[in-house]
Amino acid sequence: MTAIAIDRLHKSYGDIRAVDGVTFEVSPGEIFGMVGPNGAGKTTTIECLEGLRRPDEGRLSVLGLDPQRQGYELRERIGVQLQESSLPDRLKVREVMGLFAAFYRRSADSAALLEQLGLSEKAGAAFGQLSGGQKQRLFIALALINDPEIVFLDELTTGLDPQARRAMWDLVKGVRDRGKTVFLTTHYMEEAEKLCDRVAIIDHGKIVALDTPRNLVASLEAENRIVFSVEAPVDEAPFRAIQGVTRVEQSGGRIIIFGREDGLLVRVVMALDSAKIRFRDLRTEQPSLEDVFLALTGKEMRE
Amino acid sequence: MRGLWKLILVELKLYLREPAATFFTIVFAPMLLLLFGTIYGNKPNPFFGGRGMVDVSVPSYIALIIISVGFMGIPVATAANREAGVLRRFRMTPLRPEAYIISNIASYYVMTAIGVAALVVVGKAVYGMKFEGNILSVWAGFTLGSLAFFALGYLIAGVASTARIAQAVGMIAAFPMMFLSGSAIPLEVLPQSVRNISRFLPLTHVVTLMRGLWAGEGWAEHLTEVAVLGGVLIVGIILSARFFRWE
Repeated sequence: MTAIAIDRLHKSYGDIRAVDGVTFEVSPGEIFGMVGPNGAGKTTTIECLEGLRRPDEGRLSVLGLDPQRQGYELRERIGVQLQESSLPDRLKVREVMGLFAAFYRRSADSAALLEQLGLSEKAGAAFGQLSGGQKQRLFIALALINDPEIVFLDELTTGLDPQARRAMWDLVKGVRDRGKTVFLTTHYMEEAEKLCDRVAIIDHGKIVALDTPRNLVASLEAENRIVFSVEAPVDEAPFRAIQGVTRVEQSGGRIIIFGREDGLLVRVVMALDSAKIRFRDLRTEQPSLEDVFLALTGKEMRE
Repeated sequence: MRGLWKLILVELKLYLREPAATFFTIVFAPMLLLLFGTIYGNKPNPFFGGRGMVDVSVPSYIALIIISVGFMGIPVATAANREAGVLRRFRMTPLRPEAYIISNIASYYVMTAIGVAALVVVGKAVYGMKFEGNILSVWAGFTLGSLAFFALGYLIAGVASTARIAQAVGMIAAFPMMFLSGSAIPLEVLPQSVRNISRFLPLTHVVTLMRGLWAGEGWAEHLTEVAVLGGVLIVGIILSARFFRWE
């Protein structure tokens, strides 16, 4: 059985086609990510799946239910973290958990959830006193309070610092490892690459690629880059001669060597050593989803 | 209606944690009563048909509590919850919208009733206030007046695009009504020209109904008030339902 099936979803706001014929399926137990720039149609898609928005066209099935007609039944079985939502400032964390647990037929152990999310010490704190990251973790706790089969996370880590973001990734993987399906949207390519089992890249309301991050990157057949700095200009010829090197660029004391084969780094370092070239800041750059996006859409993903 | 009771309880707790809301609902009217009671006392006065200032003020102030909850509490809180995305979050649970609205109204009703109880206790304990009516009748009149004004409050929240606008609209509507309806200042004190305007304010009908029932008059003498407030309630419900938005 598929957890989520979307067939030719269309949704427009006035003249703007927010989602334009999106089709995909999500299997149970995977972390499925939709990645794309702001305004690409990610939130509209996720909100259609949650039953918050009515599709113009197309068929949606979540856990075999129609989000529009069977919304209440569906909401018993899914957990949702919204991109924009809030709680009353004076409500305490413990009360929030107790209140939301009361809305469902089935509920998880809220003390254990707070513990897992590192919020135990904040149980007596009012929502308004929490930091951005703590609020975000509380919303994840709420998304898990009914022990849902699918968890929807919309722009989970936006506004978090890198450390909190990584902690959040571990958390989401933990949710998946407990057998739940995770459907998330993000505009961070790195997040999609490190976190998701499968990724749909969306741009202008259309899916431009869908696969595992590894396959997406491999499909590019892009080259690895070895980058380092040198004191004085060097002769590029010895590098060009290295097996697997396709191209060498040199500018302002910075050298970039492009190549594809395994073992390239070792051969480059050996060449540097035998030519007695003093270098520093050597690093390698692998192609990433960022490059996939650039190749597919012709534009940079970074904002 | 799973979670309804829990939600009502939480709403009441939240209400009590808002100092301004709690002040205007529970403290303001008794404070006003103490203020004017100290100045005028509660001696029988032919001007008030042989009743004292406090005897007349208590039922009038009930209208004051009702309008402060209905026009200043409900519109701002409802619009603010919508604006911040609180309603959105509730929508993502199996909680029925009806359950949310019912719990909301119930918590405001309970708070308003607590405010009335505080007022009556002060009137009775400090001034030996007279009560010549039937408690059930007064309670029914209070309920009708409250619900009618709550419906208008939700309507203000529905048509106002933000909490700030809801606050402004509520205040602009509430303040003249408080002073012109006889709720803050007895109608008897107001000149005839003002009383001609008063007749068109819905709050005046709450004051008249409460004062009448308080003094032991029957419902038959207050059919106008019942008709007006009943009409406000029905139209208010229809319009507020029409304009209600989750986001």
